[in-house]
Amino acid sequence: MSKPHTKLNRSTIQRVLALIRPYAGSVALTLTLAVITVFTTLLAPVISGKAVDLILGPGQVDFAGLGKLALAMGVTIFCTAVAQWLMNVVNNRITFQVVRDIRVKAFEQLEILPLKYMDAHRPGDAISRITTDVEQFSDGLLMGFTQLFTGVLTILGTLGVMISIDWRIALVVVALTPLSIFVARFIATHTYSMFKVQSETRAEMTSLVEELVGNEHLVRAFGYESRAEARFDRINLDLQKCGVRAVFFSSLTNPCTRFVNALVYAAVGVLGAFAAIAGSLTVGELSVFLNYANQYTKPFNDISDVMTELQNALACAQRVFDLIDETPIVPDAPDAAVLPMGAGSVAFEHVKFRYVPDVPLIEDMNLRVWPGQRIALVGPTGCGKTTLVNLLMRFYEINGGCLKVDGRSIDTVTRDSLRANLGMVLQETWLKSGTIAENIAYGKPDATREEIIDAAKRARAHSFICRLPNGYDTVVAEDGGNISQGQRQLLCIARVMLRRPPILILDEATSSIDTRTEVLVQDAFEELMKGRTSFIVAHRLSTIKNANQILVMKAGNIIERGTHDELLAKGGFYAQLYESQFAKA
Amino acid sequence: MHKLLLYIKGYEKQALLAPLFKMLEACFELFVPLVVASIIDTGIKNADAVFIWQRCGLLVLLAVIGLTCSLTAQYFSAKAALGFGTALRKDLFRHIDTLSYSELDGIGTPTLVTRMTSDINQVQNGVNLTLRLLLRSPFIVIGALIMAFSISPHLTLLFVAATVIISLIIWLIMRSTVPIYHQAQNGLDRVTLLTRENYVGARVVRAFARQADELANFVETNDHLKSIQIKAGRISAMMNPLTYLVVNLTVIALLILGGREVDTGNLTQGEIIALINYMSQILLSLLRLADLVISVTRALASGMRVNEILNTRTSMPDPQAPTLAPVAGSPAVAFDHVSFTYRGAGAPSLTDVSFIAQSGQTIGVIGGTGSGKTTLIDLVARFYDATEGSVRLFGHNVKEYSFAQLRQLIGVVPQQAMLFTGTIRDNMRWAAPHATDEEIWAALEIAQAADFVRSKPGMLDEPVETAGRNFSGGQRQRLTIARALVPQPKVLILDDSASALDFATDAALRKALKEKTQGMTVFIVSQRAASVQRGDHILVMDDGNLVGDAPHAELLKACPVYKEICLSQLSKEEVEKTL
Repeated sequence: MSKPHTKLNRSTIQRVLALIRPYAGSVALTLTLAVITVFTTLLAPVISGKAVDLILGPGQVDFAGLGKLALAMGVTIFCTAVAQWLMNVVNNRITFQVVRDIRVKAFEQLEILPLKYMDAHRPGDAISRITTDVEQFSDGLLMGFTQLFTGVLTILGTLGVMISIDWRIALVVVALTPLSIFVARFIATHTYSMFKVQSETRAEMTSLVEELVGNEHLVRAFGYESRAEARFDRINLDLQKCGVRAVFFSSLTNPCTRFVNALVYAAVGVLGAFAAIAGSLTVGELSVFLNYANQYTKPFNDISDVMTELQNALACAQRVFDLIDETPIVPDAPDAAVLPMGAGSVAFEHVKFRYVPDVPLIEDMNLRVWPGQRIALVGPTGCGKTTLVNLLMRFYEINGGCLKVDGRSIDTVTRDSLRANLGMVLQETWLKSGTIAENIAYGKPDATREEIIDAAKRARAHSFICRLPNGYDTVVAEDGGNISQGQRQLLCIARVMLRRPPILILDEATSSIDTRTEVLVQDAFEELMKGRTSFIVAHRLSTIKNANQILVMKAGNIIERGTHDELLAKGGFYAQLYESQFAKA
Repeated sequence: MHKLLLYIKGYEKQALLAPLFKMLEACFELFVPLVVASIIDTGIKNADAVFIWQRCGLLVLLAVIGLTCSLTAQYFSAKAALGFGTALRKDLFRHIDTLSYSELDGIGTPTLVTRMTSDINQVQNGVNLTLRLLLRSPFIVIGALIMAFSISPHLTLLFVAATVIISLIIWLIMRSTVPIYHQAQNGLDRVTLLTRENYVGARVVRAFARQADELANFVETNDHLKSIQIKAGRISAMMNPLTYLVVNLTVIALLILGGREVDTGNLTQGEIIALINYMSQILLSLLRLADLVISVTRALASGMRVNEILNTRTSMPDPQAPTLAPVAGSPAVAFDHVSFTYRGAGAPSLTDVSFIAQSGQTIGVIGGTGSGKTTLIDLVARFYDATEGSVRLFGHNVKEYSFAQLRQLIGVVPQQAMLFTGTIRDNMRWAAPHATDEEIWAALEIAQAADFVRSKPGMLDEPVETAGRNFSGGQRQRLTIARALVPQPKVLILDDSASALDFATDAALRKALKEKTQGMTVFIVSQRAASVQRGDHILVMDDGNLVGDAPHAELLKACPVYKEICLSQLSKEEVEKTL
């Protein structure tokens, strides 16, 4: 019930029209059908009115004329029914086709959105744009549009017929009808504030419930029940109070507009009756008038509904367009070369990078990594280890300096070929909804089953996969319920194993892996790193000690570097970190 | 289901009056065609101006009475529906507060939230709609049939036939579209899934350059959804044209058959018009009824879901015992041959566990995922009841304590560091509503959180956003530790609650716990050998069995599982260094 805050935006409308343009033929067809529907719908009461005039009284019934009119009416209503059905079908087609088109456009955008945007926005937002907003847009705009069109046609047609029968009565109807719109609008504007209060209170209630019921375990653990109930009751009572008002006042619209309609009906009754006595109107024509008086106000009421719905729909369309309009990643340079699978050397030369322009992060980073070297990244949480991943994979663009892989600056090669040189196993394991085999072959969709099994074996994942109900064809559940965290990581390792990239970026788990699987992950990592350049975000000292170089990071900067022994001898931050594990309490 | 109806209590009058007034309104509406018929048959035929004015006055009067009735009905039904919703919500909230962990696990908290919010809203709407409209449509249909009968018993048969055919059409169309809409919903769920997957997994998709394939997959799913939706649309598009056709065919029949009746003097011209009017009233009512049936069905489904929760009884009622004094000389915690099986689980999660923790000791608990560590400590706090054996706290079985005393004795820091909207102070007072600032600061000091809280502009008044979003993972963990310390519990349980802390902070925390909490028994559950190794004794869990209960040095020698864990995390030399 939120009132659309955006005005009818001209450019939004133009873009919506552009979306519909490919279906211009269908739109023309549906409009033609709408004209036919409205025309025949209006014709039917006129015919039945004429028929009523042939039934005057005992012995005064013209059966021959009645038969003809019955036939005419039969043809008319048959045309109406067919035209209306076709119109609905064509409308549906256009609507869902357009919905599909927008969704695909939005999804295309999703694939080229910068990660900067995706990291800053919650997924729920984009999802609701692609699902709910698109749905609302289609319901509101496309259905609303035909309703609007037929509504206006009906009003004009009715008006025309009424005027042709008796313009004076028509004038009274025209003068009185807007009353119902005023009444509806009056109620709408006055209930708006009540609805706002209601939806605010409801939002407050929802967040309280989400917080307390969502964490019911904690409520119970801390004996917070009675205080939770007191807080809840307060909001619940507020909600009842404002709810009764909002529900009652908003339900006034229907009875009130119906009341206005009844007044119009009575007025037509009086005037029509007198006109009939005066002989300027037949009884059949009066019945047509009464019939129309009922029909005439309906599209008016519909139109005011449709207008709000249209505005709502445009607001939704705007939200979808906003997503589509987000600046995408800078495309690969036109002359970008394909980086061949190389030896795996990496160089940071005066690299500068900031997430937020005025918050300094990496100011001048220099690092040279030879093929086959092992680099351990060490430091407290939030020290910027993931930033290096973001830069190496070119998920984010550096702000200055140069980042080279195999001697070539990474912005001179295509992203896909750069990433083919890098294998990544992160702590937040992401698996696709699909089978185990599909997931392992994610980086090489044409891999044979033998290759997949071989990769799984080397990633120490084969034995647990074999124990799953359908082996390699087991479907990974959406929430990953059937596979443990550690097993998920093994699958991610197998995924990279299949691609054999020269450079690796590995993220060691801090916790939540059971010890047995952890040993397997360790093994798999070792196997994977054989002969490859690797960057490891390390938490375990044994891994760190085996590295050729340790980068100790703090607040985005490398504060110390060297081998384990060198750093211990130095007695700095690293030494402190190392000793803290063995310090006697 | 009828149990839910009880929540109308206190609003029975409104719930009765609302449909009554609605029926009255419908009655007045049914008179309108009769009045119009009399205007035509008497007023116009006799050119009686006074009669016409009178009858039109009657029309206006009917409209006024109708409006009054309708407004009264709306008011009563709003009152009753909201009263119902509020009472139901209140009761459900209280009911959820009685459920034990076993029931909460079975139901799942996310669905509790939906049932508490959107489901109850649906039910409330359903009550409102039912009171206002559900009775109105059948009443109008029956009323119109009766009126038609009173005008012409002969022609009523036509009415009955039309009503039956229209109802049948509506029912058939609804019945055949429901499963297709269900399919469409599944299709939409799949679209949502793919969108979420690609958003969350953007890094991996790009790392493997699979954007084009993902897009192709999405297009295919979307096309599938489109074809289902078009199919459903094609069927439901028939509803209006078909019913329109039936009604107007009836009108044609009325004209012809009615014409014969008029010819023989059994019927008047005005009455024919009245009959046509009744026919269109019937159609409108039936169409509205179809819409309504859909909404009410949805409300019923929601009601069922709410009812399901209300019917779940707690397996662990509060003993409401008086405060128990500790038995002199008894250990803080004692497990005596405890076994535990989760409800519905095939195998036990704990098997025959016995150990003793003396007051003031620090107990480490270590083991892999699923080895039973969390289960063990959940039994200490009586979140679950042991299936076999007994858990004793200061000499009494945990089942003898009132929940209030139990929560006072035991402070829990759960795995997930969850904070609540409010201020830091609000969060610190969760377990101790009347804690002073000094007590809070003391707890923050021990939890290694005092420094960063002090650096916040608001200090204890610093706002905490939903789920503590404005604090880092490590900060949240330290705040949840402080929260448990504020009421100065006798037993403190840290369930893997230091995982986001770096080694130095972790060590400082353990040191402070040791020095500043005299007499407090501390359980430290962890996957990290370093976190537990300095406990007075360490409980080693493996597949639900207690396979070791001794200090670090002894376990290294005697417990192979413990040794394996240590060696997986530290090198040989490092392990030796800890001895």
